[in-house]
Amino acid sequence: MTSLFYKRAIEGILENKFLQGVTILTFALSILIVCAYLLFFINANDFMNSWEKGIRIMAYFGSDQHQEELENVKRKIQKMPGVQSVRFISKEEALNRMKEKLKTQASLLMDLKENPLPDAFEVKIIAASQRIGKIENLATQIKAIPSVDEVEYGRRWLNRFSNVLALFRLTGYALGGLFFMATVFIVANTIRLALYSKREEIEIMRLIGATDRFIKIPFYIEGLIQGALGGLIGLSLLFIPFKWIATNIEHSFSSALFPIRFFPLEVFLGIIICSMFVGWLGCYLSLKQFLEV
Amino acid sequence: MIDGGDNSSIIRMFHVHKHYGSKKALINATLDIHRNEFVFICGPSGAGKTTLLKLLYLGDKVSAGQIIVDGINLSRIPRKRIPFLRRKFGIIFQDYKLISTKTVFENIALVLEVTRNTRRFIEKKVKSVLRTVGMEGRINAYPPSLSGGEQQRVAVARAVVGDPKVILADEPTGNLDAESSHIIFDFLNQFYNRGATVVIATHDLNLVRKTKKSVIHLNQGQIVA
Repeated sequence: MTSLFYKRAIEGILENKFLQGVTILTFALSILIVCAYLLFFINANDFMNSWEKGIRIMAYFGSDQHQEELENVKRKIQKMPGVQSVRFISKEEALNRMKEKLKTQASLLMDLKENPLPDAFEVKIIAASQRIGKIENLATQIKAIPSVDEVEYGRRWLNRFSNVLALFRLTGYALGGLFFMATVFIVANTIRLALYSKREEIEIMRLIGATDRFIKIPFYIEGLIQGALGGLIGLSLLFIPFKWIATNIEHSFSSALFPIRFFPLEVFLGIIICSMFVGWLGCYLSLKQFLEV
Repeated sequence: MIDGGDNSSIIRMFHVHKHYGSKKALINATLDIHRNEFVFICGPSGAGKTTLLKLLYLGDKVSAGQIIVDGINLSRIPRKRIPFLRRKFGIIFQDYKLISTKTVFENIALVLEVTRNTRRFIEKKVKSVLRTVGMEGRINAYPPSLSGGEQQRVAVARAVVGDPKVILADEPTGNLDAESSHIIFDFLNQFYNRGATVVIATHDLNLVRKTKKSVIHLNQGQIVA
């Protein structure tokens, strides 16, 4: 009996090739647009996370401090929640580091009469606290120590990037919702057209004793097939430009700096299942309306 | 409220009225059809024959009155039980109602697919019925390529393939020549002889006279004899 339903569903698809093609294309385009957005978002989020993981808070002292005061501050910072380690970086060490980084331009520092860099503590953060909100909170606590003159952790950039991501997330939800509704609407209408073209056949089936379930199941299978095919085509269409962009980024930058990835298998399958659900929902809405008349 | 009823009756109608707007299609119709009875419903065009048959398989609802089919009160039947009521009938429609995109075999097999029979049983049964109506040579033909008589024979085959309790035939010989009419009538008679109830709506009085079966006369929506 199940094979009969599949047979009728496939016959239904083949009978209305144009209509089915339009529906599958609509699915594919909707999946393409929403998933392109999702892919960008996932990679941007990965980038943001890897950036956050590299963050250290630098606590600078305004003037030279006694060893006792330095020890005191170190203990205070170590006790703060989320702190992994605290390392003292003397102004001499900081200057040496700077010279190493500047390499050939190190001669620029030769004429300095005195070391302008302050003493500092480099504060590493435990993995669980590597989130922008927690980092900010910790930085504020360190800044509140009287002898600490300044703290620095790339707040401006982190905030900007974080805000842009939040905006993308919001736009993503809106776009996703919009395309979800549009696709359901189009699928429902396509199925309604298919039902309308088969209204005589459906009427005859009902007259010979077919249950609503017997009539509906092949249409549901049609919807699920349309959703699966549309989803696969949409993701395949997305993979082509993704591959091109990924190759270009790898050539232009270090892949460790911008690690970009396609959807993992579970997300890929999740997208196909969502697409099939949309197909089912479109069928459900139009069948409910059509068969209850 | 009427329910169940006389066990020897398969169809009972009590003071049934059917209106379409202001037009009265059936007026106060009361009748009783027994199991394994062969009945003609006669009357001129517009007398209410088709309406009467439609009310029996719930192709339409009564405006007033009650109908009992095989012990089921149609005014009380839940929507989801309607398909099971319809499976008690084999219906031959005036316009055949064959699905033009399906072959002769598929049209007939549909009745057995609905009742979830196996593929092997369906093939065997459909071929056997087609042989009986002399259509085994057109098993893969599509209805539009068949003549009126051939379509009628396919419609008859579809009506009987599920071994229904009641055959309802709406003008089954209406569009046919004398020979084709004779074949169809003989076939329905065979089915009656095997224990089915046959109800034929027709305006062909010659056929009725020749066969000497029970007759219900309808005129302007009323049973007159």
